Amino acid sequence: MAKRETENTAKTSTGSMLVKRGLAEMLKGGVIMDVVNPEQAKIAEDAGACAVMALERVPADIRRDGGVARMSDPEMITGIQAVCSIPVMAKARIGHFVEAQVLESLGVDFIDESEVLTPADETHHIDKLKFTAPFVCGATNLGEALRRISEGAALIRSKGEAGTGNIVEAVRHLRSIIGDIRKITQADSAELFDWAKKLQAPLPLVQEIAETGWLQVPLFCAGGIATPSDAALAMQLGAQAVFVGSGIFKSDDPAPRAKAIVEATTHFRDPEIIAKVSRNLGGPMTGIGMDKIEQRYAERGW
Amino acid sequence: MVRVSQSKSAKVVGVLALQGAYQSHAKVLDTLDVGSQEVRTPQDLASIDALVMPGGESTTMSQLLESSELFEPINKLIHEGMPVFGTCAGMILLAKKIIDGRADQVSFAAIDIEVQRNAYGRQVDSFEADLEIEIFDDSFHALFIRAPRIVKADQTVETLAELNGDIVLAKQKNVLVASFHPELSPDSRIHELFIKEI
Repeated sequence: MAKRETENTAKTSTGSMLVKRGLAEMLKGGVIMDVVNPEQAKIAEDAGACAVMALERVPADIRRDGGVARMSDPEMITGIQAVCSIPVMAKARIGHFVEAQVLESLGVDFIDESEVLTPADETHHIDKLKFTAPFVCGATNLGEALRRISEGAALIRSKGEAGTGNIVEAVRHLRSIIGDIRKITQADSAELFDWAKKLQAPLPLVQEIAETGWLQVPLFCAGGIATPSDAALAMQLGAQAVFVGSGIFKSDDPAPRAKAIVEATTHFRDPEIIAKVSRNLGGPMTGIGMDKIEQRYAERGW
Repeated sequence: MVRVSQSKSAKVVGVLALQGAYQSHAKVLDTLDVGSQEVRTPQDLASIDALVMPGGESTTMSQLLESSELFEPINKLIHEGMPVFGTCAGMILLAKKIIDGRADQVSFAAIDIEVQRNAYGRQVDSFEADLEIEIFDDSFHALFIRAPRIVKADQTVETLAELNGDIVLAKQKNVLVASFHPELSPDSRIHELFIKEI
């Protein structure tokens, strides 16, 4: 090949906000699937997942079993990394920066500081700016999203209510976040101070939203997606990708459902395609009504 | 239902919108003198003059190309000479040979290069660098995200930029590829270079 002269080694640098956000950009339009072992990870990749989330138990089982939910066994995470060529994410407890350090040392591609695990700190989230690996954090409203972004999150997911198979909370959170973004773009400069106060969020971030009309990072949806239509609903509401947790591997037939959710996420504005892929998928996960829930995970996070 | 942005010029650049950073590409194209159109179904190909294949997950896109019945019609357009620009995963889809891909992964084999997936490492190894590109006056700030590496290129492939011995921007006939993400830099020169081909 025609090689041009390369005199010296060009300088490269890792871990900037741009690089972290870059991976979030690459996940857009895709489905990130919760998996608890290498077999499930293979099924997820085969179905077209754009990434997997490695965890010990899916949220529905965490909900059922109770107890303290922690970071997964590193052995399990490396086992999943070994069989997957797509990005592998994993969860750390809110505020548990050592779990995050461990996950980073394992080469996890995205760390989810997650309310699905039992919080380790009831006041502070992890200082995510200190890490090379990017973080995703949950949010129920715009203020929470901006606080996480100010701490260094490279991606926000609406929390929904994990492990329920019920989309209602995800819809509430997406509408709240995106609705407030729309209102801020209509506010005048004096009103932005009040918005920052109300949201308990840094003023410069609020001003930036007023200018650009969007968050500083991508916004995905999580918590309660169980069907192809659920995924497309989240996308039409303005989410840029979806996380599916219990919804796949707690259903009757995970592989075809996973594939159908991937296709519905891509063709989210096309009801004919969503109808086509939704046929004969077997039973979705049973799901729970919000009035039957003892612990709302979405309330964790400060 | 398809978003088409109009411009003075009649040329429309399609952006493969199955998965990945398609919005970022469309955003850059919308600042230039072309229209952009998201491509998800064969019907979306009817009005396009060129096609961008974005970064994202190549194995996901590969499956969706088939389930959306896009592989054959796009393959035909590329081999008929339609200008096409692949970044990162898009470059993988265009490469003649893919190393460390999935066995069932499809490729358009439109540019005579061998590409190794995720060859620069995991996300913690993702990096940014200033590229010296001969045809530009100043360097180009480039982002490499879990980037694929061009490990081999035929003599007929034109090297437009290298980084530490690896080709990172290359061209052969109607096919332009980058192992990095020009759509994520606030710098539209590489997109401008591409639309000159239309």
